[in-house]
Amino acid sequence: MTAMLSIAGLWKSFAGFVATRDVSLDLAAGELHAVIGPNGAGKTTFFNLITGHLRPDKGAVSFEGRDLIGLPPQKIVRLGIARSFQRINIYPRLTVFENVQVALIAHEGQQWNLFRPGRSLHREGTAELLELVGLAAEAAETAGELSYGKQKQLELAIALASQPRLLLLDEPTAGMSPQETAATIASVRDIVKARGLTLLFTEHDMAVVFGIAERISVLHHGEIIASGEPDTVRNDAEVRRVYLGEHGGHG
Amino acid sequence: MPQRRTLVASAIVVLLLALLPLSGSRYAVDLATEVLIYALFALSLNVVIGFTGNISFGHAAYFAIGGYACAILLTTYDWPLAVSLPAAVVLAGLVAAAVGYFCVRLTQIYFAMLTLAFAMLVWGVAFKWKEVTGGDDGFTGIKLPAMLAHHVGYFYFTLAVVAAGVAALWVICHSAFGLTLVAVRENAVRAGFIGVDTRRMRWAAFTVAGTFGGLAGALFGMYHRGMYIENAFWTESANVLIMVLLGGIYSFVGPIFGAAALHLLQTFTNQYTPYWPTVLGLILLVIVLVLPDGLIGLAARFKAHRGARRGRT
Repeated sequence: MTAMLSIAGLWKSFAGFVATRDVSLDLAAGELHAVIGPNGAGKTTFFNLITGHLRPDKGAVSFEGRDLIGLPPQKIVRLGIARSFQRINIYPRLTVFENVQVALIAHEGQQWNLFRPGRSLHREGTAELLELVGLAAEAAETAGELSYGKQKQLELAIALASQPRLLLLDEPTAGMSPQETAATIASVRDIVKARGLTLLFTEHDMAVVFGIAERISVLHHGEIIASGEPDTVRNDAEVRRVYLGEHGGHG
Repeated sequence: MPQRRTLVASAIVVLLLALLPLSGSRYAVDLATEVLIYALFALSLNVVIGFTGNISFGHAAYFAIGGYACAILLTTYDWPLAVSLPAAVVLAGLVAAAVGYFCVRLTQIYFAMLTLAFAMLVWGVAFKWKEVTGGDDGFTGIKLPAMLAHHVGYFYFTLAVVAAGVAALWVICHSAFGLTLVAVRENAVRAGFIGVDTRRMRWAAFTVAGTFGGLAGALFGMYHRGMYIENAFWTESANVLIMVLLGGIYSFVGPIFGAAALHLLQTFTNQYTPYWPTVLGLILLVIVLVLPDGLIGLAARFKAHRGARRGRT
């Protein structure tokens, strides 16, 4: 089977500090894949390299056979890859509704329409996406005033508005309460399965990962030290030493 | 529907203004003509400031290009107004597109400095190219069609052009394009990741701003029967910038109120004291310290305050 996303020999360093060291990873269509690792392991850098936010020093990233290196984010999104961010990335002064509406406008290439009233476009599609992530009631609120967990949900709706085939979520439950985490994970899994998406997400919370991922890669000091099915990874001696051990063994 | 309310309110404002010449006061009509021109100028600048979040310090360049080009085409080349005015506006837009191409590569203070640098170049051209622009002496004796030679005729002409310009800007700012621009202003990184080429969006906004700034400049030159190099100087850019800030950058209509307030204040102040720059300094202090959202922000806060008090009693 050919990979949907293929990453080969990716390197990135910042002023001598190697943040990504020879990372290779193949992602099959429909796979739910988690990249785990303690804070500072290089998860976000890895994500930024895939989505065109950063340019790797070396290595190749291809999506459905197309080379992504050097493409700006807006071109990568148009190929069918959408992402969320670890630190919340929304339009704080727009309403919740407009946050998603703009993403739909951009997806349809209507950002160059100087005549049609923006607020009248994609009202149904926006309402559906807000319903899907459980924000229908908050549609008219100012996005920056939502609770942290709800802003994360909003980011998910924004990412989904781009109609991606590959969804990249950077720590989708970071900063959430245990209840919010459980609800979010269940909702992400349902949405991904229902839409037939491929999911790559980073996470530092082990419980979250085992609840959703079909395959797991462990990143440590910028390097993938193990990759495979959850049980294989959980029992990997190296992983236990560098990762599970540090967390007092709740896994 | 808010759109119908906006339409009705605008129609009433235009109608009331149209009645102004009935007062018989030449002073009032002239003052209103000036305020209308500055309102369009300020609104055009706010497409860059309010809608892309970058401060342009060189907007007078497009005002001057529109003003000089219209004046020169009308007078030196004897073109009819129906050709001169659109040609001047297009020229201002083209120069804005060329300058914007470089400026939108930068943001914040670097963007502001680059817009200023280009504006000074435009000023330099107006100053040095004496045989075409009149240089230091200004370009005077603009030929106007007989219909516009009278101050009331010119007022109605200005009212019609400014109303059309404001309507066009309203449509653009509330379009899908305008909403996406706000998203770019609020979070350019996120906007990039929903598939928006943020630099090209800002470039388009800059061009729109320059085009309408040029229209305001053309109206200004014809009104004064002349263009002068001061109109291209950076102080003119600062003046319109203050109008925008005073009115409020996060509201479409804010700059209109800012332009009216500043221009009227300046006119009245000049009748009593030569110290307008001092008064202007005080106005700036007030904006920075107590009116960060401008007059429109003040109105909104007042409304919210009144609403809260009513809720309590």
